[in-house]
Amino acid sequence: MLSALIDIAKIPSQLRSKGVLGMNQRNHAFIGRYNDRAKYPLVDDKLKTKIIAQKHGATTPEMIGVIRNQAEVKTIHNMVKNWPGFVIKPAQGSGGKGILVIVEHDQKSYKKPSGATTNAQEVERHISNVLSGLFSLGGKTDVAIVENLIRFDDCFDGFTYEGVPDIRIIVFKGYPIMAMMRCSTAASDGKANLHQGAVGVGLDIASGKAVRAVQFEQPLTHHPDTGVDLATLAVPEWRKLLELASSAWEMTGLGYMGTDMVLDKTKGPMVLELNARPGLSIQIANGSGLIPRLRQIERLEEPVRYPTPEQRVDYCMENFATAPKFNYL
Amino acid sequence: MTSKVPFYIAVATLVIIGLAMSIIRHQTYNVPWVPGETRQIWDIEARIEFTARGDAVRASLAAPNTQSGYTLINESASSPGYGVSYVDADAGRRIEWTIRQANGPQTIYYRSQFLVDPNANRDAAPPKQAIPPSNLSSLELAAGESLVALAHQRSANNQSFTRELIKAINDPESQNASLLLHAKNKTEALYALLSLAEVPSRVVGVIELEDGRRRQTVQQMVEVWTGEDWQLFSPTNTAGASEHPLLIWDQSNVSLLDLMGGSNSRVAFSMISRAISAVEATESKMEADGLLNFSIHSLPLEEQAMFKTIMMIPIGALIVVFLRILVGLKTSGTFMPVLIAVAFVQTQLITGIVGFLLIVGTGLIIRSYLSRLNLLLVARISAVIITVILIISVFTVVAFKIGLTEGLSITFFPMIILSWTIERMSILWEEEGGKEVMLQGGGSLITAVLVYLAMTNQYLQHLTFNFIGLQLIVLAGILVLGTYTGYRLTELRRFKPLVRD
Repeated sequence: MLSALIDIAKIPSQLRSKGVLGMNQRNHAFIGRYNDRAKYPLVDDKLKTKIIAQKHGATTPEMIGVIRNQAEVKTIHNMVKNWPGFVIKPAQGSGGKGILVIVEHDQKSYKKPSGATTNAQEVERHISNVLSGLFSLGGKTDVAIVENLIRFDDCFDGFTYEGVPDIRIIVFKGYPIMAMMRCSTAASDGKANLHQGAVGVGLDIASGKAVRAVQFEQPLTHHPDTGVDLATLAVPEWRKLLELASSAWEMTGLGYMGTDMVLDKTKGPMVLELNARPGLSIQIANGSGLIPRLRQIERLEEPVRYPTPEQRVDYCMENFATAPKFNYL
Repeated sequence: MTSKVPFYIAVATLVIIGLAMSIIRHQTYNVPWVPGETRQIWDIEARIEFTARGDAVRASLAAPNTQSGYTLINESASSPGYGVSYVDADAGRRIEWTIRQANGPQTIYYRSQFLVDPNANRDAAPPKQAIPPSNLSSLELAAGESLVALAHQRSANNQSFTRELIKAINDPESQNASLLLHAKNKTEALYALLSLAEVPSRVVGVIELEDGRRRQTVQQMVEVWTGEDWQLFSPTNTAGASEHPLLIWDQSNVSLLDLMGGSNSRVAFSMISRAISAVEATESKMEADGLLNFSIHSLPLEEQAMFKTIMMIPIGALIVVFLRILVGLKTSGTFMPVLIAVAFVQTQLITGIVGFLLIVGTGLIIRSYLSRLNLLLVARISAVIITVILIISVFTVVAFKIGLTEGLSITFFPMIILSWTIERMSILWEEEGGKEVMLQGGGSLITAVLVYLAMTNQYLQHLTFNFIGLQLIVLAGILVLGTYTGYRLTELRRFKPLVRD
């Protein structure tokens, strides 16, 4: 009993020595200090993010259309006539809420990735929920963005179950410092949120290869639904992805953010969304804390000409290489 | 990185000012640090509202006097433009306001202070007048006589006789009692029966003393001469001791308020209990009201009663800040638990928790149906609000019918807040599953219970209401907590896997 208590009392200092970033410190020392509130709307509104991303030459999923008010809800069926698969998302949604993915449709019945079908009325209802602000921060009224469905790269087959495997990279002052891939599972219902049961695979910044994998904050080696060995995961076009993530600093000016990206089969790396308050689970997926890397970037001297994204990626690939930590015992 | 020195200086200044204010208040006003070593004072305020017709107005209000258990130490009237006089008439003490001309709505205040005093120097004069004949009809007389005979048989003196009569009146199965209560209320019936038995008694107007109550009205009760003293009986209370202490406001029962030249009159009482030191209690008679008194204790009682609750809210906020920043407890809505705790103070804890679970549980079930109707957000929330109101009314009526008077207090819950809670939890349920709802709902409830426990703690109540300076110290504490960057307690568990490898 007593020794158990002592063990618990030791945890804070152990976490500190590993450099684990806590929620309070994240809010106070990084988000509060490096993220200018005035720039939040750029990332909180996916429509604005899309516009600035395109302005800076970054690829984003093709836009099919925007539904701005209730009267336009019924136009959805006509809007997606020529697009076999599409995604409806709230412009100001948070945490992946309110995203409806349709992989196939005939304008009457709509098929979700799980194979279940919904009818036209359900899709309209989803859009009016989006418009009324059900999924947006603080319940503000919102607009619904309709985008082309991403056909993700074949190399991820088996790493994900019914969903898009997205790559989250933490970018600090323009330096990509930590990365993970979020693979949806049956438990997460096709969603890529770790606390809903998605598998988080930490990625080596130097190579894009898997470092460690967790589900429900516990380490694992194989995908629970497909049985694929997660250690074999290696993201192609890794350098291009890092440069794209790192260029988000030029786009938004936010010092501490999370970039969510995907690899499309034909279009290559794409920016899905940016996040001014990225979660902390990436540390568990990588098995290491963020603080040492954050401090290292903080200590860098700022030259007169700020390093270009390529230079920053070079720096990170050189400094933040990590060996795999898979344990098959 | 900006320097933290100014911040800590500001925090230290807040603490010093707060402490200084509290110490000054303790020393100059003799306010004790703990509630124990105090004497209790009741500030009672009668607020008279009426509409004047444009002529001369004369308003005469029955005024209370020193009585068993209470000493009148101070009284004052606040009524701009009116002449005020205290009249000692045959029919008891009265206070009279007069004005030559008044028009439109008028509000006048009469305020009295009573010291809770077991040795009050009361007037125990024996009954002067002869007992008036009871005004019972012949049918009622027969019923009354049988009740009196039975009570007489079962009692030894005037007190026990009165108690037996009250029991008889409140017996729902007694036909004699229901016959009497057909034309009279319980007070009138008791008075008539006592007159019939030739026991000296009188009807008096009584107010129930309950700390922080507003808009109280006068209740009619009966005082009975025991042979050496007058004793007060409530005609509805068979148990003997009443829940709250009682103060006789109107000893004569002529009328509470006589009004000439006005209409739509209304008298409402507010009261508040205050702790003062014994020294202050004795001095307070002489002390006139200071002109430059800016403390909240100089406000009208109705507002003071409100402040008693308001001053506890910073403590609730401090607890919420502590639980969120240091513990990392998830709650549904940041300060919703504080509002729920305020409702718990009114309803009592167990009733409150049961009520909260009932309302939110039923609300969630109904909301799950509403979600199928495909409504827009604002309309859906409005529907939930109406549902919550309906749930509250149904529960109140059901609780009342099955005799649970505690159930009546369910109406104190903030309905709009509850509706938003239901809406948010329902969305949470759809998106993240029932586990997250239990987690956040449980977190909110735990926070609310902790805040409730703090708010009902008599030491904290005493300190926050009597020492305003403490608010600054609470503020300083919240500011310091706001700069905490260490791990939250829940994060220790969350990041524990990171320690192992």
